[in-house]
This record gives sequence, structure tokens and C-alpha cells, in this order.
Amino acid sequence: MTQHFNEMYLGAAVRDPYARLEAWMRTMPADLRIQKQAEAEALFRRIGITFAVYGEGGDPDRLIPFDMFPRVFTHNEWARLERGIKQRARALNAFLVDVYGRGEIIRAGRIPAKLVYQNEAYEKAVAGFVPPKGVYSHIVGIDIVRTGPTDFFVLEDNCRTPSGVSYMLESREMMMRMFPDLFRENRIEPVDRYHELLRRTLTSVAPAKCNHEPTIVILTPGHYNSAYYEHSFLADLMGVELVEGQDLFVEGEFVYMRTTEGPKRVDVIYRRIDDAFIDPLCFRPDSMLGVPGLMDVYRSGGVSICSAPGAGVADDKAVYTFVPEMIRFYLGEEPILNNVPTWQCAKTDDLKYVLEHLPELVVKEVHGSGGYGMLVGPKSTKEQVELFRQKILKDPGNYIAQPTLALSATPTFVAEGVAPRHVDLRPYCLVGERIELVPGGLTRVALTEGSLVVNSSQGGGVKDTWVLAE
Amino acid sequence: MLLLIDHVTVYRYDLPVRGVVQSHRLTPSGCQGQKVLEWDVSVSGGVKGGGFRDGAGDWVQGWSVKGPVSEIAVHVRGRVQTADMAGVLKGHREIVAPEVYLAETAATELAGGLAVLAQAAEGTETRLSAAHALSRAVSEAIEYKPGSTHARTTASEALELGVGVCQDHSHVLCAIARANAIPARYVSGYLLADAEGKAHEAAHAWAELHIPGLGWVGFDPANECCPDDRYVRLGSGLDSREAAPIRGSARSNGPESLNVTVAVLATQQ
Repeated sequence: MTQHFNEMYLGAAVRDPYARLEAWMRTMPADLRIQKQAEAEALFRRIGITFAVYGEGGDPDRLIPFDMFPRVFTHNEWARLERGIKQRARALNAFLVDVYGRGEIIRAGRIPAKLVYQNEAYEKAVAGFVPPKGVYSHIVGIDIVRTGPTDFFVLEDNCRTPSGVSYMLESREMMMRMFPDLFRENRIEPVDRYHELLRRTLTSVAPAKCNHEPTIVILTPGHYNSAYYEHSFLADLMGVELVEGQDLFVEGEFVYMRTTEGPKRVDVIYRRIDDAFIDPLCFRPDSMLGVPGLMDVYRSGGVSICSAPGAGVADDKAVYTFVPEMIRFYLGEEPILNNVPTWQCAKTDDLKYVLEHLPELVVKEVHGSGGYGMLVGPKSTKEQVELFRQKILKDPGNYIAQPTLALSATPTFVAEGVAPRHVDLRPYCLVGERIELVPGGLTRVALTEGSLVVNSSQGGGVKDTWVLAE
Repeated sequence: MLLLIDHVTVYRYDLPVRGVVQSHRLTPSGCQGQKVLEWDVSVSGGVKGGGFRDGAGDWVQGWSVKGPVSEIAVHVRGRVQTADMAGVLKGHREIVAPEVYLAETAATELAGGLAVLAQAAEGTETRLSAAHALSRAVSEAIEYKPGSTHARTTASEALELGVGVCQDHSHVLCAIARANAIPARYVSGYLLADAEGKAHEAAHAWAELHIPGLGWVGFDPANECCPDDRYVRLGSGLDSREAAPIRGSARSNGPESLNVTVAVLATQQ
């Protein structure tokens, strides 16, 4: 594997944006570092930021590791990322409106019909419906990796209900509390407007029948969900109710929530439950998490659901390959951010290549998420590679493969001091009447030396992400 | 033909329920050969909810009933002018791409003997002749026998039993059509009872298969024919659950019972 890019250095020299941090790091006494790390952990535990890790046994509500060494972008780097992210979010939404409408991109032969119309995530139930402002995906989480000073790649799009934004906000809060001096010495763009922007975004997509200041709620599957902390955190910040399916009911043309003062009409639902569960009349009949009749109210303009049911067809890992095509087709622009070259195992030639180069590649399930069910070739044993080969052969259409990228690394506090660890970036792009993005995002870090898997469900940690002012 | 429909569905709850929400596909859409002259749906004690035309061109209407309630009656009455279109669905406005109807559902999973039955299309030259061959195969494989299956019987289970009702015929036809890469969907509607006809159920179901050049074409394996002027088409879906004229949810813990009466009459104009 080629040498990775350490974001703090250019050759032997410290890069400008990291200059002050490098000095900060060099002069920090070891005992202070240990004390601060303990302080951070205690704070996280007290506010209850935990992340359930599936399939590992032990404490399911494990604390998410927090690294105190910030990750920094210059104003110019961010300006380009921001344009690229917004461009992508715009194209993804245009695609969704199109494939639930006339399907022009398919008629034009730019994306195979099968990939869209026979996709598990395609919801026939919303065909023909254009949600308010033409937005299907209101919060687009775009996972980006860096491989060089000016090289950024989009790893995947998350158009349904990307999680993790609470870590972005809490990491900043934590750093400001523990190291106020750093925020005086560096000119760092604030991220604390996120909840205002989110609220404004949700308000802007109020349904057709809403002629008043919309009532917004967050719909959670409940406290057993791994992201429950985030659901309640966002509800608190926005000043809206956090509800479960049983708190809502349909009557006549609208959805209401039960309150101590009687039923209150709900206009916008920011749901953090999957499509399959939101309405047992329309989707899974055995769902206890949803609201019976919700889809009829939604489609007749009585309530807005964010993200819109059906949005998942845009973030499928096989559809991902075509996002640059979407940008050209709908926006008439060239993509500002590139995709990672991707082989589709569904294609015979691609499959052949993948099977021949398995030890070098990263292989993912088309519908997988959270770093589950993936193979990182160079980091796997022969047995693991062979096991995956059998899985791919059984169901090639379920897998895509990508080259193992030399992810950039940033300095990270480890037991021995400071060492480079690989990172990615997930910004949260808000799409409503306007497209907005707070400067920064969630930087996830693979804490194990050499590891390239940053998912929190796989033991990754988080760090504060700085965008420097001009 | 001028058809009169009178369809009553009564739900009884042993323990009064807090409320009921329903989603109806109970209103026929106008298309060639089907002109809706009068149509009325009422729900006892019900509040009409949102209504919309879905991507498949069917009218979907929400209803809610405030509890406590121990009985709900859904009453449908209408007059429809029909003509024989040889099963071809024309003038029906919809936007869903036919390929969407290649998807398998739990009820139409290609299991058991279905893959073998799907070979009935072998040797046919066009998709239309394949569709006819498949429909015939279903008629032969499953004998009409009321009461032999239940609402949740899957296509493969019905095939194994060799007996069933229109729901089973339609599920099996959908399954084996999709196995041949022919988009297929389940259609619910009404059928004029015919005194000397074979199998017939007034609340009826059949399948539509997508044929290039023709579009959606109905096949009724239960009656070994294509829908004609005796049929009123209500709505469609991937299987019986999706196409159900009434989907409901009652907030109750007790048992419920269902009583359905359907009358379809032809009148002189």
C-alpha cells in the first residue's frame, strides 16, 4: 500500500493550519494530557453519549472514544468541499424526484432501470408524489476521505437518517470547555448553529395543508435504539417533542400527538425509524414502531416526513456509482468531488477482476451500513478472504468492491503519546428551501494502528473538526 | 354492461376498540371499458381522511373511526358502465414503471413447485402467448375450491394443495410470471356472478401481466378468461395485501370478526 498522507505535515514541514496545534501538542505535559483525557471521558459518560455496538457482547452501551486532537481544514479546502457536498445533495434529490416521477435519467439510458426499479429500497408507495420543495433527503450525510493535499473522494452517501451529528456538536462543546485557549488562538468557524438550521430546514418543508407555524417532532424507535441519545439530544436543542409511534395517531386528514393538554396536530416528522416500520398499513404489518395510516396522510399533504420514504434508493452502494452521472444529467455540471472507483460484482468483468484481486480490495455489501459485512482485503487473513470469496460467488449482485485507499491520517492521542491514525469525514448537508451546511462535520478516527475502519460500531472514535476562518 | 355494486364489510370487535384507521382502495378508476357513473363509500362513525391517486393510478382513501367502538360497517355502492376490452387496461393513468412489478413478496415467493410450473411458458414465441400459457397452467394446477385456503396462504402453499380461491390463483400467476421476467400484479375488484359460469366470487381477484405493445393485460385463471365487461377493477399491488380494498388497523387486544357481503348485478340501461 502506498504511503498515506498525514494532514499535519507536508514533507517534513508542519502545514499552516496545524501550526498552532503542533506547538500545543509539543508543549503539553504528559500528565495534563492524561488528566484531560480522563476529564473528557467523564464528561461524555455524564451526558450519556454512548453508542450501542451490535454483535460483540459485553456492554452494549459502550462509550464512544473521543480523541482530543482536532482535525483541521483551511478555509479554502472547506470552500471546495462545501461546494462539492451541496452539489451532490442537490443531484441526489433531483434523482429521487425523477425516479419517483417520469424516470428521465433511466429513459435517457444514463442509469440502468433494473438498478432503480428492482432495488429493494425503491418504494412504489411514493411513486408519483413530489414532497414539499421537491426534497426527499433533508439531511444528507456524505462520507468523504482524503488521500492527499488536494485529493478528496466520496466513499458513500447517506440519504435516509444519517446519525452522528450529536458527536460533531458534543466534540466541539467538549473541546471548548477543556481547551478554551485553543479557540482564542485559532479562528475556528462555529458549528453550533446546526440545530437552528435543522429546525429551519424542517420548517421549510411543512406540508401543503399546513397554514400555520408547523409543529415538528422527532420520531424515535425508542431508547433501545443505538442512536437514541442523539434523537433526544436533537429534540432538546431544537425545542421539539421526541415521540414514539404510540404517541402519534391519525385522525381524519392529519396526524396528532397525545399531550397532557389533549391532541396536538403534528406537521413535520423528522423520523429516525426505517421506512419499513413507519406505517403498518402501508409497509410491514407487524411494525409496532410506526403510526397506522401515516402514509395516507403524508401522500395527501397532511404531514411531511423527513427523510421522505423511498429516499434510500439514492444511497444504495450500487446506485452510488452513478452519482457523478446524476450531477451531469440534472445539474449540467462536472462533479466537484469524485467517487472512489467502484467495481460492481453484478457485472461479469468486474466480478472477475474483484475475485482476482480480492486481497487488495475493500468489498462491501450493497445494502450494508455501519461497517458490518465488509472485507478490507489487505487487513484480512487468507481464511477471511476465502470466506468472502464464497459469499460473493453466492450472490455477486450484493457486493461492490473498491481499491483500498490510503486514507489520510491526523495526529491522535494514543497510549504512547501522539501518533497518526486514519480518519474520514461526514458532513451533514441540510436540504429544504435552501441548502445549508455548517462548516465541519464529524471526523471519525480508526483508533487501532493501521486500521482503516472508522465506524463507531467497529470501535472507531471521534474528534473535533475545525474549519479555519479566512 | 351496466353493473350495480353493493358491498358491505362489517368488523365486529369482542372488546370495544379505542379507534380504527383504514386505508381503502375501494374506488374504481375510470379507464376504457370502465366508466364510473356513481360511487359512494361510507364508514359508520368514520371521519374521512386524506385521499390521493397513487402511482399505480388507484384512488387511495384514508378513514378513521374514533373509539370506543365495537362494530364498523364499510358500505360501498356504485354504478359502473363497462365494456369488454379483452383484458387490456387502456386509458388508465399511472406512473409506476412495469419493472417494479418484478419484485417478489412473501406471498408470491418462488418456492416449492412454482419454478417448475413457471416452465409452462417454454416454447412460446411472444410474451402474450407466454402469459396465456402461464394463466392456463395456473387454472389447471389449482382447482377452485372455496374455503380450502386462508388469507395468508402463499402461492407455493396453494400450488402444493392443488386447490384454492381466486386469491391463490392470482398469487401463483404473479409468481410464475415474474419468474419469467414478466412484470405481474395482483388486481382486486368485483365480478358479476354468472349463473351457469364456473368458479366465481363477487369480490374477486385476478392478475395483470405487462405485455410490450399492449401494456397491462388482465388474466383471470380462476375463470380461465381475460377480464371483460363483467369485471370492475378496483386496485392493484404486488400481492393481495398490497391490493387489498381495505387495509385496517384497530387498537384492540380482543378478537375481531369480519362479515362481507357483495352483490354485483347487471341492469338494463
